[in-house]
Amino acid sequence: MIFFEQTLAILWKDIRCELRSKQTWMGMGMFALLVLVIFNFAFDLRVDNKAAIAPGALWVAFVFASLLGLGRTITAEREKGLMDRLLLCPVDRKAIYLAKLLGNLLFIGVVEVVALPVFAGLFDVPLFGALLPIVLLGTLGVAAIGTLFSAMAAATQARELLLPVLVFPLIVPVVISAVRATGDLMVAAPNQPPWLGLMVAFDVIFLSASMLTFEFVIKE
Amino acid sequence: MSHLYLEITKLKKNYGLKPVLRGVNLAIEQGQRVALLGANGAGKTTLLRILAGLAEPDGGQVCIDGLDSVHDAQQIRRLVGFVAHQPYLYDDLTVMENLLFFGRMYVVKQRKERAMMLLERVGLLKRAHERASVLSRGQAQRLALARALLHSPRLLLLDEPDTGLDEEGIALLEAILNEHAGDGGTVLFTTHQLEHALQWSDHIALLSGGRMASMRETRDVEAGSVRQAYQEALR
Repeated sequence: MIFFEQTLAILWKDIRCELRSKQTWMGMGMFALLVLVIFNFAFDLRVDNKAAIAPGALWVAFVFASLLGLGRTITAEREKGLMDRLLLCPVDRKAIYLAKLLGNLLFIGVVEVVALPVFAGLFDVPLFGALLPIVLLGTLGVAAIGTLFSAMAAATQARELLLPVLVFPLIVPVVISAVRATGDLMVAAPNQPPWLGLMVAFDVIFLSASMLTFEFVIKE
Repeated sequence: MSHLYLEITKLKKNYGLKPVLRGVNLAIEQGQRVALLGANGAGKTTLLRILAGLAEPDGGQVCIDGLDSVHDAQQIRRLVGFVAHQPYLYDDLTVMENLLFFGRMYVVKQRKERAMMLLERVGLLKRAHERASVLSRGQAQRLALARALLHSPRLLLLDEPDTGLDEEGIALLEAILNEHAGDGGTVLFTTHQLEHALQWSDHIALLSGGRMASMRETRDVEAGSVRQAYQEALR
């Protein structure tokens, strides 16, 4: 019970700080919208190649915007010495990880809610209800790994450079699955692997591994 | 009869290849107020960070109230209140929200009442609903002091707590340290102000070159001899 109370308290604190500073959400949102606009002008979007390009553009926007936010959540706290203050408290480190993960999911989720209608309008694709589980599972995978590695990168000097270098190779499977699953919604292809199942497996494995290793990553 | 509250044995800590603590021994009884002196880089902050559970030692042992600092870290965190030389507050939260947040982290009962009582004690009750970012350096340090006392810790660790405090703040800090020790709490603080060390402590320890050079009762030492030993440690 105390575990969840502390998790929610950290989450509440992060949300309140972000609502007042507006640093992360605004940056992520603007970035995602810009990526979508640039992709829209950069590619020749005919009806026959839309399904090949649009899902990739959507997920590139989500992943890059997510990394901007992921890089901020723990780094800002560490730079100001506030992560040490949190670590001084008798709080289960898994609670800190879970709160940071939920916060990141929420921040990325808000950006996605704003970006999806823009994506649908620019690329002239309908928004399917079935896109929701794909976005949820894909975002969870990116956030699970990103939260862990942002804690790791925050302790280094080249943190802005290190975070994408560490995260991108690991999220390749979930991003490919998300892109393919999104593409299948636009043009159904026969004999496709179970992309959603792959994302679920990826999320379970990396969420568990991240929860267990966060304690070792965060300590001095 | 007082009992040994904090016992440090052959404590070692390296940063990379550089040894910072080279076998520190220190024993502090319950209710004692110990001033830890030493030059910049002597290892004072590192020692306090290990005691607070923020860093793990590379060798040796730390026991606080009979608990091992590595194996019983979570229990020790409940016993320790820590004030760093910087306040480290959430600037986007109000003064009260800062305390309530840490009250939740320490699972403090009746945290709002406790927070209000502490804010009154440190003279910040009128500013309870202002953001921490608008506080002056001294006021932020007072808030950090209130936060450290929030969960009624038995051991207070203070790393240069007098930094940025005005005369009134210094007097408040001294009163709080005396009250804490009077209630049976233990205090270990670092400072570069020898006058504060002499005034606020009943023991003075000198850390030099990563080792404990001396530990003496404050009443047995003269300001001149402490100053001389301190100057020698600086060389």
